[in-house]
Amino acid sequence: MATIKIENLQKSFADFTAVKNSNLTINNKEFFVLLGPSGCGKTTTLRMIAGLELPTSGKIYLDQDEVSLLRASERDIAFVFQLFALYPHMNVKNNLAFPLKMQKYSRAEIKERVMEAAKLLRIDNILDSKISSLAGGDRQRVALGRALVRRPKAFLMDEPLGTLDAEFRELMCLELRKLHDDIGATTVYVTHDQQEAMSMADRIAVMNEGEVLQADSPSIIYNKPKSKFVASFIGSPAMNFIPFNQAVQKNQTEITIEGTKIIIPKQLEESTTQENFLGIRPENLKLVSNEGVAGNVFGIEYLGSRKIVTIETKFGKIKVRIDSNVNLKIDENVQFIPSNDNQIIFDGKTEKSLISEFLN
Amino acid sequence: MSKVELKNVTKIYDKTNKAIDDLSLTINNGEFFILLGPTGAGKTTTLRSIAGLEKIDNGQILFDEQDYTSIQPAFRDTAFVFQQFSLYPHYKVFDNLAFPLKSRLRNFSKEDIKEKVEKIAEMLKIKSKLNNKATELSGGEMQRVAIGRALVREPNIYLMDEPLSSLDAKLRETLRVELKNIQRNLGATILYVTHDQAEATTMADRIGVLEEGKLVQVGTPEEIYNNPISTYVAHRLGSPRINIVNEDVLSLENSPSNTKKLGIRPENIKINTGNFQGKIRTIEALGAETVISIDYKQIELLALFQGIFKGTKGENINFDINANNILYFNDKNESIR
Repeated sequence: MATIKIENLQKSFADFTAVKNSNLTINNKEFFVLLGPSGCGKTTTLRMIAGLELPTSGKIYLDQDEVSLLRASERDIAFVFQLFALYPHMNVKNNLAFPLKMQKYSRAEIKERVMEAAKLLRIDNILDSKISSLAGGDRQRVALGRALVRRPKAFLMDEPLGTLDAEFRELMCLELRKLHDDIGATTVYVTHDQQEAMSMADRIAVMNEGEVLQADSPSIIYNKPKSKFVASFIGSPAMNFIPFNQAVQKNQTEITIEGTKIIIPKQLEESTTQENFLGIRPENLKLVSNEGVAGNVFGIEYLGSRKIVTIETKFGKIKVRIDSNVNLKIDENVQFIPSNDNQIIFDGKTEKSLISEFLN
Repeated sequence: MSKVELKNVTKIYDKTNKAIDDLSLTINNGEFFILLGPTGAGKTTTLRSIAGLEKIDNGQILFDEQDYTSIQPAFRDTAFVFQQFSLYPHYKVFDNLAFPLKSRLRNFSKEDIKEKVEKIAEMLKIKSKLNNKATELSGGEMQRVAIGRALVREPNIYLMDEPLSSLDAKLRETLRVELKNIQRNLGATILYVTHDQAEATTMADRIGVLEEGKLVQVGTPEEIYNNPISTYVAHRLGSPRINIVNEDVLSLENSPSNTKKLGIRPENIKINTGNFQGKIRTIEALGAETVISIDYKQIELLALFQGIFKGTKGENINFDINANNILYFNDKNESIR
């Protein structure tokens, strides 16, 4: 299979820069996710790897070979689109065989490859069915199969699950990851859904405004985000950011927010400004009956195994994750405190996280 | 706002295809009611039938006890929010919001309109955008305007067809809490349809679960999660999905005699304790929690672990099952209570 490397990659459309000076190495057999909001440049990056867009500057390597300016058909990469384009009048077998027929493979070779892909995707029992008679999931499998039969060096996927029902998406996530483990093909996957990224990726690159902000394993991205944007984009619900007006010094272990003292992990870096943020994830806060930060319940979200309570406080809305058997009422007065030292200070000016004993 | 009732409503397409099948349902005044089901379950057809956009083949639709079954859509006074927001691109946000109030059927003064528009804009946090053209808005702002355009009126009922599904995951999460709060403050009657279980459990006062045009269960989110009437309903709620296994896989004591299948929510499988032993197939670290897939007698069981799990694929693992929270199903996949 393949290693994909991009160097100082840049793409401009007229006066708009979609991708800014990106550098990434996607390792052989890796499931790599490009994650970010609409317009962050993730799809443009993917299309440049595929050869569907040419870079304005920078280089793309597939293994040792530079492919930056090669046509898509010369790259030995398979692209799975968001809206799976299948031929509705053909049966499953012919849809799978189509790319091979176009490349003039022998009949025997086509048959072998189609059967192999169909078995892997567990669609070998519906090879004679018409596409129009299939359920959404089976169609998605056929679309994947059509990429598989080419035995490409790498798979590129642009939100392939975006159009599916939520429930079904979860199931397909599991299947895609299993398929990846079975065939071990290098995969680059684009999505705006952080949960898809977390559940499938070996590594995630978080992008915003054309830049790669951080590329790491899901657990490092979640627990040790390097910037406020990454921290806010990963996690459902998002991390809470509590503004406070106090410069942070080296070796500091405590800050005061609106009169409440809060213990923080020992800081190893000082802030560049007075206005900073304390970042705490909802699961690292707990409700207490006294001596906490006070607020009123604004919303309660029941999610089966847990609840998320949104609390209106003097420094904004704060989300706390609680057990689903805890009963609260709207407008009820509650108090909360951090339940551990998984806290991160973000510099108000640079929006980067400050290094601490926890983040080290 | 009104109480809305559906009595034995059936809608047939192409002579044989029952999109909704003998559906009876009461949405109380001031209630946030969510219909949940996969694509093709009949959600949108139900909404459209209430709005009068579909002519039903059988049954009755009542608003506050009055029969509206054959009333024209324009006179039903419902407000519809579509999945794909449709704004007037050349209009300012203000005029987009004011548009439904300018209808000749309603007689609002200019001052009235201004007051109503500003109140809703404030609620939806788009007051600063009132003078922007619709095309100058982000996707999230456009959808707020689309929802706002429904909320400026006080119709019999708000009908919402997956209004958040075209938005980014992050934005969807924020709007969920806001929409619920606005509904509560307005005391609005809303019928909202979605295939997203998180939207359903976080916003609904009551959920109705649809299966192939039939309403199979109605209840609060907690009732439906804890006491689903069938394996179908049990599968609709819960992420990761519930484990449903044949009774003999776990051979637990005290199962009712006609038990054929067991339902165990992933959070009720406790790791690193108990006498069951399996092998770890995969580990999904989702941040606040970890989903562990366990191979137990060739059957896959999903366990939900709070926090970061330290273990590796292929390792043996012990687990226990919380006996108080097991669901029992008979040979027809119905719940046994």
